[in-house]
Amino acid sequence: MIKLGKKDILGIQEMTTDEISLILETAESFLEISTREIKKVPTLRGKSVINLFYEASTRTRTSFEIAGKRLSADTINISASTSSVVKGETLLDTARTLEAMNPDIIVLRHSAAGAPHLLARMVSQSIINAGDGAHEHPSQALLDMMTIKEKKGRIAGLKVAIVGDILHSRVARSNIYGLTKMGARVVVAGPATMMPRDIERMGVKAYTKIEEAIADADVVMMLRIQMERQKQNVFPSLREYAQHYCLSRRHMKLTGLDAIVMHPGPINRGVEISPDIADDPGCSVILDQVNKGVAVRMAMLYLLSGGNE
Amino acid sequence: MDNRPKIVMDSDGIERCLTRIAYEILEKNKGMDNLALVGIRTGGIYLAQRLQKRISTIENGKIPMGILDVTLYRDDIAKSGKKAPLGKTDIPFDLTDKKVILVDDVLFTGRTIRAAMDALIDFGRPKMIQLAVLIDRGHRELPIRADYVGKNLPSSLWEAISVHLLEKNGKDEVIIEEGT
Repeated sequence: MIKLGKKDILGIQEMTTDEISLILETAESFLEISTREIKKVPTLRGKSVINLFYEASTRTRTSFEIAGKRLSADTINISASTSSVVKGETLLDTARTLEAMNPDIIVLRHSAAGAPHLLARMVSQSIINAGDGAHEHPSQALLDMMTIKEKKGRIAGLKVAIVGDILHSRVARSNIYGLTKMGARVVVAGPATMMPRDIERMGVKAYTKIEEAIADADVVMMLRIQMERQKQNVFPSLREYAQHYCLSRRHMKLTGLDAIVMHPGPINRGVEISPDIADDPGCSVILDQVNKGVAVRMAMLYLLSGGNE
Repeated sequence: MDNRPKIVMDSDGIERCLTRIAYEILEKNKGMDNLALVGIRTGGIYLAQRLQKRISTIENGKIPMGILDVTLYRDDIAKSGKKAPLGKTDIPFDLTDKKVILVDDVLFTGRTIRAAMDALIDFGRPKMIQLAVLIDRGHRELPIRADYVGKNLPSSLWEAISVHLLEKNGKDEVIIEEGT
């Protein structure tokens, strides 16, 4: 018998390699369900999953919703712009209100780092962090690791280069925690203004030049430039950023043989990644990532359901 | 009382049962037209593979075989945080209008078979589902019976019956012991 000894999934930082492997292995068995004609199993019949999204999201919310529905859970989406949040209700009051309706799992996205952790302490339901500020995005890191494992056969021993706005990226942070735990060598690259000063304390090597970071890399992970988080100007113009950091055909000569290119989406074409690379089935695995996302989220919902006694 | 595990069927016994079941399947279905085997994880997979081999030797042709993990269809899944490790389901053919022989090692309460039938019907509309098991130990909790039985083994509820197979345990035998 297996179990995930947790009530919540809040971040990769708190997870053990065994827990990560358990989720990835379970997710592999869920992949097949999405290829059936009837894409549904009765496992979570009668359970309710609330997707509480305080930030705009299409793919993550849709992915969690599809994952819940394919497991026969009832999924309810609440987005901040259409809810009582606009009437001034706090996160905790919203959560207590929802708690009183007895859902089983709450999937939370919030712009404040630590919001899911706060919620997890306050309510009895299982909480899944679907992205909290610039802190963590565990389901994204898990689906990235699943994609890498499928394409490369392993994670341990690979060189993974993460390129772009490291400072604002929860995707980068969760992936750094996860990939280093699973034995990969992680390097990061980005403009100095987008690089946390103490990033190397996370066990990665930091570069300012993309060419240095991607040399011999097995995996190149490009990050999205998050316009919505740029309060101060961290670079002069998108054009200048693209000149230095846009992944294009010439870079693919520097990487290791058969390197794969990943991106958490949504893509800013020509800014982070050139269209010919993004659409090249020979190296781009961007749509595989989306496909794995549903399976990983099914595994998360499945393993959290049924309590943790 | 003797608490040591008792071997109730050895390798030759298992082989003979499977040979007989293979012939019974062909006799009852008048040949291998439209037949398909589906093994239930994990013991049922190996038994289904052996039946597939025997049937193809007897009839000189091959029938399709699939693998089914019924974990997601169990009726006790949502009640506990503990879960059986989830295995892959792989049914590489269309079930519609097939005569499906569901294969498992031990038939006990019938709940696994109920789950397996629900799962199969999600994959298509089989013409018929038949059940083949190596051991029927009784104690049914659902109105389910097997069409092909290797051996009827009346047992007490506190006894544990294990089917060991070469492919996963390195040895073919069926043992019965006092449960813990």
